[in-house]
Amino acid sequence: MSGQAILLSLRLAFTVAALLLVIALPLAYWLSFTAWRGKFLLESVVALPLVLPPTVLGFYALIALGPRGLLGRTWQAMFGHPLAFTFTGLVLASMLYSFPFAVQPLVASFESLDRRLLDASSMLGAGRARSFFRIVLPLAWPGVITAVVLSFAHTLGEFGVVLMVGGNLAGITRTVSIDIYDRVEALDYAGAHATALFLLVISFAVLSVVYGVNRRVWSPWSNR
Amino acid sequence: MLSAHIEKEFRTAGKTSFQLKISEEFSPGFTVLFGPSGAGKSTLLDCIAGLVKPDKGIIKFGGEVFFDADERFSLPPQMRGIGYVFQSLALFPHLSVEDNVAYGLSGVPVAERNERMRTILDIFHAQRLLGRKPGELSGGEKQRVALARSVITVPRVLLLDEPLTGLDGRLRQSILEDLRSWNAEHRIPILYVTHNREEVDAIGDRVVAMVDGRVRARGMPQEVLDAPRAVELAQAAGFENLLVGRVLEHRVEDGVMRVAMDGNDCELEVPLGPQKPGDIVRVAIRAGDILLATELPYGLSARNILPGTVESIETRGTIVSLQVNAGVRFVAHVTPGAMRSLELEAGSVVWLVVKTHSCHVVTPR
Repeated sequence: MSGQAILLSLRLAFTVAALLLVIALPLAYWLSFTAWRGKFLLESVVALPLVLPPTVLGFYALIALGPRGLLGRTWQAMFGHPLAFTFTGLVLASMLYSFPFAVQPLVASFESLDRRLLDASSMLGAGRARSFFRIVLPLAWPGVITAVVLSFAHTLGEFGVVLMVGGNLAGITRTVSIDIYDRVEALDYAGAHATALFLLVISFAVLSVVYGVNRRVWSPWSNR
Repeated sequence: MLSAHIEKEFRTAGKTSFQLKISEEFSPGFTVLFGPSGAGKSTLLDCIAGLVKPDKGIIKFGGEVFFDADERFSLPPQMRGIGYVFQSLALFPHLSVEDNVAYGLSGVPVAERNERMRTILDIFHAQRLLGRKPGELSGGEKQRVALARSVITVPRVLLLDEPLTGLDGRLRQSILEDLRSWNAEHRIPILYVTHNREEVDAIGDRVVAMVDGRVRARGMPQEVLDAPRAVELAQAAGFENLLVGRVLEHRVEDGVMRVAMDGNDCELEVPLGPQKPGDIVRVAIRAGDILLATELPYGLSARNILPGTVESIETRGTIVSLQVNAGVRFVAHVTPGAMRSLELEAGSVVWLVVKTHSCHVVTPR
């Protein structure tokens, strides 16, 4: 088992989950409440990473992050080093890859809210921000937990995108799944086993949290 | 004074499916918005609240403009100072009763907030509910909390969408009293939506009757609902008998006209109306306005005396409802006591006695 790879994967997954939450919350809120007719287009874009092979995603990410891509070029101009094959590059590509896993649970939980609760909040003088923090967020919190946990778990287990964008640099971009691949290639089945089992256990624990939260939280309020 | 002169169209599949067209002023005190479901009562409230934007028109409170389509202006709902109790009540399920009621008091200093909480909870008899969650309240308790939560913000207008449905008469009366005593001090317009005739009588103030997105009648309950002019209103107002017939002849000197019921020789004498002989009309009669006699009565002023046979009898609380076939089927209500003394049963031959003025001619759509 490779401690270095595990630490790196955890760090990557935490960073991605946290950043995704910040971006996905307002986007999901907007998607759930807008009356804009073209929103299906945006929803399709959000869902793209679900159907595209990670290699395709990774390929485009690599081009965008590379020295000739817009993002890569800008980054290099600002910070003096390239984006591809760095931890930051990996974070950006992983965010793209896990995007639907953050947005979709949030949209689902926002859309299931009783709109009359928000109307009631407005009628009691609350502006959008107050309604969001006092009503929407507390009632949608199983969706928030689900979004965080799923994007965390999904990032933890990614392979194709990392390989395309990050390569295989120990301590910088060699994540758990790459490590397993390496070990199998080198016929180190024992090492692969240990790391794979670790990933399996973590994934199970994380999913248990998701399902547990979604079951328990609703019960005290099941008054409707 | 709240005034709403608005139009709003709803379209489904490219066609106008519903149109609300209202021009109405609401003065302080209760106004009952009455009408069948789908009449647009809740939509009107949503427009006044600012939750739905009308297509055309203007909504004003005193000199203040809430909405003006020409100016493309709509004051956000949270700025209008309107209290709104929804049909679903919409209590926040994750907050205690205390936090629900205090929700609209953000920015109010603590001392005043406590004072207001005490007064309102007192008026609506909800002190002992403070620590509970909405899920732990009974129907009537929820309704009290929802009302308290709206009025504690001291709104300038109060919109109530069937806030007391499902409550028994006594409880409803007591909550209405609470509301009345609150408004005795505040004197604001209260728009009270209901499709329940009993609630209209319980409130007893001005009624605005709506059908199909328009106001069909306005006035006191007796004027509007005891003499309905539209079929939908008659149905909603609880007229159990709505019979289709054709005007036979006018008897102008008697102030009546004769109407033949559909497809048989049963005839009714009804008050003279604008309908012409040959016109198809509907005659609305309250089941409680029909007298039953076991023998042919004489010496009565009532002009409609029809022989019939009792077909079925159903007892519902203090009302016995009888189906009587007199060529057409009538529903008549009597008390259990009258039922016993008349010794009625299915198959009994009875005489139906209906005063001319208990027959209300309504025009079909």
